[in-house]
Amino acid sequence: MFILEKRPTPSRFWMAATPILAVILTMIAGGLMFAILGKDPFVAIRTIFWDPLFDPQFASYSRPQLLVKAGPLILIAIGLSLGFRAGIWNIGAEGQYIMGAIFGAAAGLAFYPSENRLIFPLMVAAGAFGGWVWAMIPAILRTRFRTNEILVSLLLVYVAQSLLASMALGALRSPDGGGFPGSRNLSQWATSANPELIVGTGMHWGVVTAFIAVIASYILLQRHILGFQIRLAGEAPRAARFAGVNPNRLVVLCLGVSGALAGLAGLFEVTGPAGQISIDFNSGYGFTAIIVAFLGRLNPIGILLAGLLMALTYIGGELAQFMLGLPSAAIQAFQGMLLFFLLAVDMLGNYRIRLGFGRAA
Amino acid sequence: MTGTGEVLLRIEGLTKAYPGVVANSDVSFAVAPGEVHALLGENGAGKSTLVKMIYGLVKPDSGTMTLRGAAYAPSKPGVARQQGVAMVFQHFSLFEALNVAENVALGMQNPPGMRTLASRIRQVSQDYGLPLDPDRLVGDLSAGERQRVEIIRCLLQDPKLLIMDEPTSVLTPQEVDILFQTLRQLSAEGTAILYISHKLEEIRALCDAATILRRGKVVATCTPREKSARDLAEMMVGETLTPPARSAKAKGAVALEVSGLSVPSPNPFGTSLKNIGFSVQKGEILGIAGVAGNGQDELLLALSGEVRTARDRIRINGEGCGDAGPNERRRAGLVAAPEERLGHAAAPDMSLTENALLSGAVRKGLVSRGFIDWAATRAFAGQIVDGFDVRTPGIWVAARALSGGNLQKFVVGRELSQAPTVVVVNQPTWGVDASAAAAIRQALIDRAAEGAAVVVISQDLDELLEITDRFAALNGGRLTEPRPTQGLTVEEIGLMMGGAHGMEVAHHVHP
Repeated sequence: MFILEKRPTPSRFWMAATPILAVILTMIAGGLMFAILGKDPFVAIRTIFWDPLFDPQFASYSRPQLLVKAGPLILIAIGLSLGFRAGIWNIGAEGQYIMGAIFGAAAGLAFYPSENRLIFPLMVAAGAFGGWVWAMIPAILRTRFRTNEILVSLLLVYVAQSLLASMALGALRSPDGGGFPGSRNLSQWATSANPELIVGTGMHWGVVTAFIAVIASYILLQRHILGFQIRLAGEAPRAARFAGVNPNRLVVLCLGVSGALAGLAGLFEVTGPAGQISIDFNSGYGFTAIIVAFLGRLNPIGILLAGLLMALTYIGGELAQFMLGLPSAAIQAFQGMLLFFLLAVDMLGNYRIRLGFGRAA
Repeated sequence: MTGTGEVLLRIEGLTKAYPGVVANSDVSFAVAPGEVHALLGENGAGKSTLVKMIYGLVKPDSGTMTLRGAAYAPSKPGVARQQGVAMVFQHFSLFEALNVAENVALGMQNPPGMRTLASRIRQVSQDYGLPLDPDRLVGDLSAGERQRVEIIRCLLQDPKLLIMDEPTSVLTPQEVDILFQTLRQLSAEGTAILYISHKLEEIRALCDAATILRRGKVVATCTPREKSARDLAEMMVGETLTPPARSAKAKGAVALEVSGLSVPSPNPFGTSLKNIGFSVQKGEILGIAGVAGNGQDELLLALSGEVRTARDRIRINGEGCGDAGPNERRRAGLVAAPEERLGHAAAPDMSLTENALLSGAVRKGLVSRGFIDWAATRAFAGQIVDGFDVRTPGIWVAARALSGGNLQKFVVGRELSQAPTVVVVNQPTWGVDASAAAAIRQALIDRAAEGAAVVVISQDLDELLEITDRFAALNGGRLTEPRPTQGLTVEEIGLMMGGAHGMEVAHHVHP
């Protein structure tokens, strides 16, 4: 029988090793599942993890997709991780992402068809502002009226989705679109386009911003007193108050930063890969980023890797559906396993496993 | 029933090891029916682990226990209770929003109906002189009364062995007398009592035998009445103790002045502060006594700046500071050490370095332009560890890995190392072993001698009498007029603390 014993000090080695262990366990369990479904597990695993990047036939299309998909996930997850560390639960990044796209697109379209070079920076600022405003609603309600930010931010996602539909059908609908819903294509208008910066990599301004966010967040958490206060507030709220941390200020700050980053992700998406405001513009990045944040253990470097891994399983999963005829439910189960194993082995950082010697009750 | 060589509980060769530490090593002793047996030892000597094994909370690695001649190996507390072993913990496990009878019912395997239970509670409380009304909300009870709830919960099971972990730390002297009468009565009826404490005078007054533990081993057994408190302490510590030394010194200007301070408690069952006023001069130590839950926590929060008030209510060196937050007060020269070490004074999962930054950032200048100077922070943490003899493998370990006494030395050391002009500490030596407690008290005295104004909030009267110049007591959120400590009698102190709480309930119980 196994016994779990709490470690006196958390193990740094296991903190770093658990995600790798989780990926290995997922491959084993997922391979078993694929075998039961009658597919060769090795081929299936290779199709998910290897072929999107290195297969000569598919890689040229799917490799750039990796950064395109990982960029917004990482950018949003970095913002969320700051709040999650402080015990502030912004579940509504999806809504802030949509609002960022709407604000940014609207700011740009107001000047159509100008070719002023300041328009794109203005759109970026408007996108961040849109996400920030949407996040300030739960922040102010929490600090003023002690409402639960989880519920408020989540419910505002549905409000944002309705607003998105109304914009696509109304105010932002393209006058040249023949009455079809959807705005003008922002990626085809040079002034507002967020193009692929290096051909064949998928790198666009949103990915650059995501990388900058990773570095800034790393420095904030390691070196800056604000990062220390964020960690302290999450780990020991009373000690944080003793240390002079103002909890309300932290709520406003963390929700504001995560909202602004989600808004930026929305803006870069609408001006780049998505191209236009449409009813189904949002693709769940805001929710998936929550998983990415935890998969990366709320650590900036971890989130970078987790975002890439998550993007890979999406791309590889699609490829496996297409190539091997695996049902999409199997792919989702596979992604679920990854999360399950990550959470399951998570306790190794704080606990050690010992073998009991038959003394168990 | 006592004597006659009969044995209720015999323990032989009990050993329990945790990673990196042997909590108990080959511990043996025996308790006779009706015997009041003391377990004495410093913090970390293994007393808690030992009684947890007897109560079925922890399984021993090796060794045997025999209860009334039969092998005894409880797998969980429920089994221990069935066999007649009951325990009153130092920290109460009571629900404040429920009444006494409901709380008692929650701890029973098959609780009888509420009315039957209430009448049995009345019966037991009358039989043992423990006044308690079963219909009252636990949230409204004093700490002493809460302890009675726990004791009565145990007595309803008709135990043969009652384990009590530091029972008097929350009681006024008068309440201690009531408790001791109850325990003596139980002992006369044949119930054995295993009594954990480090208040040596109490053990000398109450206990028939004592087993002394040091670093997990039994180092001595004795009859406490035949030893002096000092002998007992030295057996516990294994070294000669020097009492704190202090020299009379002229006092300086008033450094901390509190007037008309009224603060509602942030917690629904807390105690609101009512019109508190006092002042402390430089070089002076003011002691604030009181039974737990009479506003100590609230007073510390109001002084540390975690709870804010009107500006003029609190003055530090003449400057109004009532509306300032903790860091502004630190800048003004006030440092504070809250009672709860893990979670309030220190973040459990953070390293000692990070915990040094927690309250030291302002006065030690560890942050410039928002960026943390980790090298200076590590140096500060190292300085605390060296200066206050904190025993730790290094400053990288998490605060939770330190024993209570060592962490307390770290917390008090962190505050005192910041050259403060005003020091406020709550329960500075709570749960700390004798030698660490002596070191902390000496450090407080030294800081006062260097010209700091010191406020010590404590429930340990001996401590307050030993180190303070003036003495006041908190009772129901009000503070008595501070009086010179010298010449105060224990009875006077007891009355300042509010006498015996809840004595009047006895009259309601049987009209």
